[in-house]
Amino acid sequence: MRHSTRIAVGPVQFRVGSDWAEPIAGLERLYAAYPQDDARPADATVRLFAARPWRRWLRPSVHIGGDFIVPDALPLPLSMGLLAAEMGMNLQVALGWRRHMLLHASAVAKHGRAIIMSGESGSGKSTLAALLGEDGWRLMGDEFTLIDPASGDAFAFPRAVSLKNQAIAEVAGRVDPSRLGPLLAGTPKGDIRHLIPRADAIAAMHEPARPALLLFPRFGGEAAIEPMGEGEAFVRLTEASTNYVALGEAGFAALTRLVRETPAFGVSYPDSATGMALVEQLWAEAVR
Amino acid sequence: MSAVQTFVDLLAGRRDAATLTRRDWDGVIGVARAEAMLATLACRLEQAALRPPVAALLADQRAAAEVAQRQALWEAEMARRALKGQRIEFVLLKGTAYAAAGLSCAAGRQIGDLDILVLRSDIGRAENDLLEAGWEWVKSDPYDDAYYRDHMHELPPLIHKARDRMIDVHHTILPQTHRITPDALILMAEAIETPSGFRVLSPPAMACHCAAHLLADGDLQGGLRNLWDFHLLVLDFLKDDRDFYLTLIEEASTHGLAKVVKRALRLANRIYGTPLRSYSWPFRLEFEREWDDDLFIRRLLARDEWGHATGFALQQAFYIRSHWLRMPPAMLARHLWTKWRKR
Repeated sequence: MRHSTRIAVGPVQFRVGSDWAEPIAGLERLYAAYPQDDARPADATVRLFAARPWRRWLRPSVHIGGDFIVPDALPLPLSMGLLAAEMGMNLQVALGWRRHMLLHASAVAKHGRAIIMSGESGSGKSTLAALLGEDGWRLMGDEFTLIDPASGDAFAFPRAVSLKNQAIAEVAGRVDPSRLGPLLAGTPKGDIRHLIPRADAIAAMHEPARPALLLFPRFGGEAAIEPMGEGEAFVRLTEASTNYVALGEAGFAALTRLVRETPAFGVSYPDSATGMALVEQLWAEAVR
Repeated sequence: MSAVQTFVDLLAGRRDAATLTRRDWDGVIGVARAEAMLATLACRLEQAALRPPVAALLADQRAAAEVAQRQALWEAEMARRALKGQRIEFVLLKGTAYAAAGLSCAAGRQIGDLDILVLRSDIGRAENDLLEAGWEWVKSDPYDDAYYRDHMHELPPLIHKARDRMIDVHHTILPQTHRITPDALILMAEAIETPSGFRVLSPPAMACHCAAHLLADGDLQGGLRNLWDFHLLVLDFLKDDRDFYLTLIEEASTHGLAKVVKRALRLANRIYGTPLRSYSWPFRLEFEREWDDDLFIRRLLARDEWGHATGFALQQAFYIRSHWLRMPPAMLARHLWTKWRKR
């Protein structure tokens, strides 16, 4: 491919190729501070390509390809190339990664223990993780949390956080502007702006953390904490895992152990400040 | 050296994995993933000395393939239970058969759908049994459904509603409208039983089906994997029958597949180094190259270092060829017309 770059996020080494320079330049800016081993081959390949040669220039539209593809995925305009790259990287991990059980969940950690937050998009799990990551916690990731089937430990996947809509203003006010990517307005997922995690979170990205809390946040409604049984947490996490079925018995054992050993709560909150306070409250009770 | 050439050289054992650069590996892993053969490569290189990141990635693939294979065999067991009541005999085909029979090519092989072969006279009862056991029709389009039933060699695909796994129930191994019409009755009659109690095709029939699937039924997509299966089937069967070539060609001749099988042997020889042996008695068997073998080789190796398919014109040519083989011209015209109108 004409343009390419290599990025390592957590345990996954990517190579990203593109027909255009812009998405690669955007990625290289977001991931400039991530450690890089040039001798390490790529686990996963992402391709951003024009379906027809002339579409490189004429109404350029970015198709997402790579090792794994979604057959009917719609292309994105070149102005959203960075989002295409992000979606491509997520897709390769979701469909191709087998070393860990993948949970579609954000996570933060402190003193080697992790809070894992799982929820549909719009639940606020990314925003909460990003805000906690600016407030004394180590950000492990806003999209995937990796569970090692052998040890039960959580591993980080601290890609650049994908802030959406109202979360952009909420987080942008608290961080150095140099840690923010360009505003991608009006994407199929709303407005998006990437946040580069703090340097210490990136430096610690290979360090495992012991799961201490499983939270299922829900943005909107009265502040409430509801203890959740092992069974419900289990079923919800099977739905939040992209490779639970593919891992077979190892996946079942890892997930069973996770819900047995980790207290789980549903958390409803009307605004981020309340959400963070509830998380801190549960944390204080969990580590006591 | 192109990535795809390095990939087949590694499989064939012509290249030492320790000599690969990071760039070589990028290409090889990309190509192997695109061909759904990364776990196959991982099994092939299990004993090789590799740098830790590559070793870890390949170990992941082996573990995943083992789980996937167990799931595929479980699916075969589910079919056995569903078809037991009516005592419908069935034979496993392709990936699941290789795994059930413990053949070399099963190591790391990706298994998609469950493919089984039943007698044509049993096909209606088999469909009923499967529907009662929780499988459902996938295609809702009436034209496609009728097309399958009238012209194909299998039922429209069924998917299990709880396990989300597909089963293809065949009554022969090539479409009914194909220029070549293998004798399904012989295939069923000569099938053998594996230690696990499943029935699979006899060795020569299995190799014939593999070659037919590769060269006579489709546009050679995923061809490197099918050819690798064929290569290892031949090596496995040569162990028990040093004149397996003769057994194979004899079987192929009864199904009209002799040309197809000979080509598969020549291609496997050129890509994976399958040993060939010529005979002048009891019948003449030689492997002279044909003018279009090179086109097949080019089609099989058409991938760039990003795992992306190249050679668009050649791809299209093989796509058209697959349809040309599959149905007579008037029918092809009618089929394409119907498909085009429905776009």
